[in-house]
Amino acid sequence: MFSRDRWQEIFETIRKNKLRTFLSGFTVALGIFIFVILFGLGNGLKNTFAEFFMDDSTNTLWLNPGKTTKPYKGFKKDRRIEFDNTDLADIKANFPFYLETITPRITRSALVKYKNESDNYTTRGISPANQDVEKSILMEGRFLNARDISEKTKVVVIGRLVAEDLFKNENPIGKYLDIGSVMFRVVGVFQDSGGDREERVIFMPFTTRQLIEKNNDKVDQIVVTFPPRIGHAGSLAFEKKLRLFLKQKKSVDPTDSGGIYIRNAADNFKRNQQFAEVLQLIVTFVGLGTLIAGIIGISNIMVFVVKERTKELGIRKALGATPRSVIQLILQESIFITLISGYIGMLLGILLLKNIGLKLEDFFIKNPYIDNGTALWATFILVLFGAIAGYIPAKRAAKIKPIIALRDA
Amino acid sequence: MIKINNLHKSYKMGSSSLHVLKGIDFNVKDGELVAIMGSSGSGKSTLLNIVGMLDIADKGVYELDGVPIENLDETKAAQYRNKFLGFVFQSFNLINYKSALENVALPLYYQGLKRKDRQEKSLSYLEKVGLKDWATHLPSELSGGQKQRVAIARALASQPKVLLADEPTGALDTKTSYEVMDLIQQINQEGKTILVVTHEPDIANMCQRVVKLKDGVIVEDKKVEQVLAAQYV
Repeated sequence: MFSRDRWQEIFETIRKNKLRTFLSGFTVALGIFIFVILFGLGNGLKNTFAEFFMDDSTNTLWLNPGKTTKPYKGFKKDRRIEFDNTDLADIKANFPFYLETITPRITRSALVKYKNESDNYTTRGISPANQDVEKSILMEGRFLNARDISEKTKVVVIGRLVAEDLFKNENPIGKYLDIGSVMFRVVGVFQDSGGDREERVIFMPFTTRQLIEKNNDKVDQIVVTFPPRIGHAGSLAFEKKLRLFLKQKKSVDPTDSGGIYIRNAADNFKRNQQFAEVLQLIVTFVGLGTLIAGIIGISNIMVFVVKERTKELGIRKALGATPRSVIQLILQESIFITLISGYIGMLLGILLLKNIGLKLEDFFIKNPYIDNGTALWATFILVLFGAIAGYIPAKRAAKIKPIIALRDA
Repeated sequence: MIKINNLHKSYKMGSSSLHVLKGIDFNVKDGELVAIMGSSGSGKSTLLNIVGMLDIADKGVYELDGVPIENLDETKAAQYRNKFLGFVFQSFNLINYKSALENVALPLYYQGLKRKDRQEKSLSYLEKVGLKDWATHLPSELSGGQKQRVAIARALASQPKVLLADEPTGALDTKTSYEVMDLIQQINQEGKTILVVTHEPDIANMCQRVVKLKDGVIVEDKKVEQVLAAQYV
């Protein structure tokens, strides 16, 4: 293996058969390069997915009122159910074991103005607990508090992009915003990892929103969170009890599929996780596929190389080369070439992935990467299969009688 | 040098088999220059291949320089070929990406000689065939006669006991053929045993003994008046 003479013989063969060397090297390098790139991009896709769908709390139930689909207790069907402030209090009072936080949501769109800048934004009447539900991160100032709710103050917490759009470089804290012709003081700026849409939202006390709308007590949506310790089964029980309770209170037929809608984030989370797993599976499949294509490529080249050298090997055998030395010559050469070119392909792939970084974020690919272990492992596999693919025809070539190899074609 | 008794060889052609050598008895003394003649299909190349250990006989005894050649596995055959035999082929069979010098050095590589020794020895054999100045040239840059002379230098480099030439002049014109035969005669005069397979009578007459094969048996084995190739060169 380490005979200097054989290495000299191999280097000479490589140097004098540049096209052949290039072909087999190129196949391996390309195979590994594509594997690294695709695997990396797949990982980038997974990153984006995780960021999009995994950012909200998972211990959350969304309660939405809707139309009934069955008549009940003297009410006709198609009756519109509405939530109001008493529902908040009742849920709080009846589910102390399950309930962690509760927040109403009243979502409106409004024209928002500051000096000469104006745009339409989503405003959301909420209670302070909303911060936990959405995992909003406060950048500046403060979030809404209990006093804002009880005193119906005209203050807002604005998303990072709202601040960026309207205030440019000014500090928005303490400034007044015109929201649907009512003046609000900005007390805080938040950011959210859920993407741009979630950072173009304005939060205000839900009581203030109700006050503006003729001092009613209606609520669009109720969001409740439960302590994670109750688990998925607990959340399902909570959901069931909550639905029954609300249906009773709102006089909805317990068998009615409409009226009250409850969405469980745990289900969502589970679905998303399954989706992420499928994504991982696809990434793995793509990787394996490229690897197999690479293996087939290098196998073809090796068969071709040995075929091309049959006559040369016959001459060598006639001059006294043993079958063993013939196999060693071919194998050592092919392993040497595949190792070097595989390594080059791997490095180029990793380098390209590093340079892509955030440039493909518009295509939902963020921070593509491949861990070194996977890359090295793939290179090793390809080299191994290249060697096996070379060994089989080399063994056959070593067995061929020299007269057959030398027969004039 | 070579002792052959009752040698048989047949080839399988699908279901039937072709009996090529049907009991050959054949001896060659040390230092002889023997021509093996016969039309195509007579079995002359098969005989040479068996003598050259490129092929194995079905039956019979073959002794080379007192060593019985039997039960050869590939590795052993390769070692014997390297030690005992030098080959010259009709189509030269030089390795096309190696220079003349490297081609001549190849059997020495398989003998395990050091690189420096290989180079020196190969160069001296190239000089012997008159191609020292062409040492660094590739086979594609040489004429047919030059290629065959490189092949002869390669066959001699391992200092074999017997030189086997299969139609050495088959791919060459008459003048070049005589030049090559002149070289072969010179080598023979230095004491080397040489077997030449040919179907050209004038080439056969340049040997000392002519063996004629027909349908797998020897039909004629006679000494001839050797014609010196030098007079035509």
